[in-house]
Amino acid sequence: MRKVAIYGKGGIGKSTTTQNTVAALAEMGKKVMVVGCDPKADSTRLLLHGLAQKSVLDTIREEGEDVELEDIRRDGFGECLCVESGGPEPGVGCAGRGIITSINLLEQLGAYEESEGLDYAFYDVLGDVVCGGFAMPIRQGKAQEIYIVASGEMMAMYAANNICKGVRKFADAGGVRLGGIICNSRKVDNEKEMIAEFARRLGTQMIHFVPRDNDVQRAEIRKMTVIDWNSECPQADEYRTLARNIDANDLFVVPKPMEIEELETLLLDFGILEGAPA
Amino acid sequence: MSTETDAFSLTPDQAVTSESVRDDLLKVYPKKARRKREKQVLVNRKEADGDGVVSLPQVGANVRTIPGIISQRGCTYAGCKGVILGPTRDIVNITHGPIGCGFYSWLTRRNQTQAPTDEHDNFMTYAFSTDMQDENIIFGGEKKLRAAIQEAYDLFKPKAIAVFSTCPVGLIGDDVHQVAAEMKEKLGVNIFAFSCEGYKGVSQSAGHHIANNQIFKHVIGEDDTSRGKWSVNLMGEYNIGGDAFLIEDLLERCGIDLVATFSGNSTYDQFANSHMAELNCVMCHRSINYVADMIETKYGTPWIKVNFIGAKATAKSLRKIAEYFDDDELTQNVERVISEEYPAVFEAQKKHKPRCEGKRAMLFVGGSRAHHYQELFAELGMKTIAAGYEFAHRDDYEGRNVIPDIKVDADSRNIEELHVDPDPERYDHGRHNQALARASDGVAFKEYDGLMADMPDRALVIDDINHWESDLLIKKIKPDIFCAGIKEKYVVQKMGVPCKQLHSYDYGGPYAGFRGAINFYEEIDRMVNAKVWSMVTPPWEDA
Repeated sequence: MRKVAIYGKGGIGKSTTTQNTVAALAEMGKKVMVVGCDPKADSTRLLLHGLAQKSVLDTIREEGEDVELEDIRRDGFGECLCVESGGPEPGVGCAGRGIITSINLLEQLGAYEESEGLDYAFYDVLGDVVCGGFAMPIRQGKAQEIYIVASGEMMAMYAANNICKGVRKFADAGGVRLGGIICNSRKVDNEKEMIAEFARRLGTQMIHFVPRDNDVQRAEIRKMTVIDWNSECPQADEYRTLARNIDANDLFVVPKPMEIEELETLLLDFGILEGAPA
Repeated sequence: MSTETDAFSLTPDQAVTSESVRDDLLKVYPKKARRKREKQVLVNRKEADGDGVVSLPQVGANVRTIPGIISQRGCTYAGCKGVILGPTRDIVNITHGPIGCGFYSWLTRRNQTQAPTDEHDNFMTYAFSTDMQDENIIFGGEKKLRAAIQEAYDLFKPKAIAVFSTCPVGLIGDDVHQVAAEMKEKLGVNIFAFSCEGYKGVSQSAGHHIANNQIFKHVIGEDDTSRGKWSVNLMGEYNIGGDAFLIEDLLERCGIDLVATFSGNSTYDQFANSHMAELNCVMCHRSINYVADMIETKYGTPWIKVNFIGAKATAKSLRKIAEYFDDDELTQNVERVISEEYPAVFEAQKKHKPRCEGKRAMLFVGGSRAHHYQELFAELGMKTIAAGYEFAHRDDYEGRNVIPDIKVDADSRNIEELHVDPDPERYDHGRHNQALARASDGVAFKEYDGLMADMPDRALVIDDINHWESDLLIKKIKPDIFCAGIKEKYVVQKMGVPCKQLHSYDYGGPYAGFRGAINFYEEIDRMVNAKVWSMVTPPWEDA
């Protein structure tokens, strides 16, 4: 089983990209489990057609210690398995601790056992690596490969660079490696070239450039992945390509995060200066 | 105190000097650690200038302990909940946190209390905790705290409820003050909270400060009932082993009206009324001098330093109170009580002093005890050759005159400093004027010269001593007795030296006042003359 975690700046499209990729993997006949690590518990909505899923933490709260795997895991598109760890409402308690607790529980309940027949476990993690809890999927070998979703916008690249620092920190202890950067296009000038160069400087690769397409939104409004909604559309093929690239990937590295000055220079080199007053 | 002029020595055979021991203590440290410890491990060089003014070395006190060193210190929560509010019997003290913090701070200091009847509230025998679980850490603990306050109120209907924050509460950001305010509004009894997370501050001293600030803000001044003549508060007395009972008895027999003790054998109502006392008597300078200052600023009450540890010091303190009130009747009462008590003290000294004379003590404890107990050892003819505090500040070592020079660092700024103004209605100008008049007659207000001034020249003064240092001191110097706390006790005794706990008094006490002094003489005689510890050969040395 390959254990994959998806990180990236908030709002960059992690959950959407993850679910569309999982749908493509499922279509390829892979058995996939998705673990949402966001207190909002909205990482599996497209795979479950909006089914409001009781989170792991809600279940622990209501059922106490007596929890079965079936209580916290739902079947989604293409027989994938969906879990939401859940968490407190904004501004209260400790969401990081919540993620640690729910991943531990999943392990205790045997969600990752050989007998489950999984090909992939995907962790979809909220925003930046803000504290120890959100680093949980990359600690202690819980996830072995990381993909970072980024775009050509500066703050997205800045966040991606920061996440690389987290990955490097845990690389020695947990054996976690960076598998690549997924470019989720925002139609920034020279975006594809810039992210390819950004990935190269980090010591990794751009695993796929996902173009911007309103079909993603059309599917999403129907609480579906693109493949589920219209498997013939061109965007469905983009996610299929991304899924194939991940499935065939053999470049796993300890990233080399950049100094902030280097990152800024990169942005300048790729034409952000164009259009600025001389 | 000790007036002897003969040359100071750490050991009877003068085999080691203070300077050489200091070098041995420091030389093992890495450079950075050594730079820090050099300021905390001192030889008490008292240098007099031409005018006879004695200057003391500066102590690097109240600074963070170096990680990796086994410190004696406790945490901020322990200082707040355990030390300051622990001895108060009728406030329900709820620990908001996992169960261990509440349980291990429950009555471990052996502070005692005596309610007038069984009908009066006494919650000290209960340990109240919200018993936070994983779930409360994740989803926040405010709901559980609200429920705990409600439950405590329903069960006990107390006058007041206090809430203490443990480390995780600070990490997850539960707003304990908001919950306290809500529940105060709802239940109509005084409810207040403390942001005393264990990791705050350099030592438990920060916890004392946080506790005292809240008591000052939320309780003192709540009851304006006027008091009779000769009314005082006793501040910084925590009734370990029943000390406060003996002091209360002495004051009562003198006709002195004790309004409140902070906080040995105390009650909520006493705190609430304490601003009506004429005079504040500060015993433990470290834990409470700032409250005495704040009460003086707000209500005009002057304060004097007292010490009821040691027979001589007790007599001196009673006389000091009498001098303040300057009333023949009170002076006669005080002299009568002293003359009633002293014969037994002399008798005991005659018996125990010859057996203890010349023996050497080391005291590493507290923020005032390492100083106060030197009185009792001096009365037995014993010498304090090395001493230091766990959590005191520079003024407790060097005297209050250094206060303006104390550098306020980030750790101290992290603790709230209350801004206090004179109370427009309740500031008592009469008290203030009385203090001015008595000061001109030579009564010393707000005066404390610290531990070093009273210690022999060239004795060792060590702040925040650690296990490495105390081990080496014992090996090099072999004192006749070592005074510290539970964490040191058995390590010291395994090295063949008796160890007296001065936090909890082991199983003994009281040691305050005149009768307490007699108890202490007996105890120390027994300990320093028992051969048992030196006769033990530990199995690892048997081979």
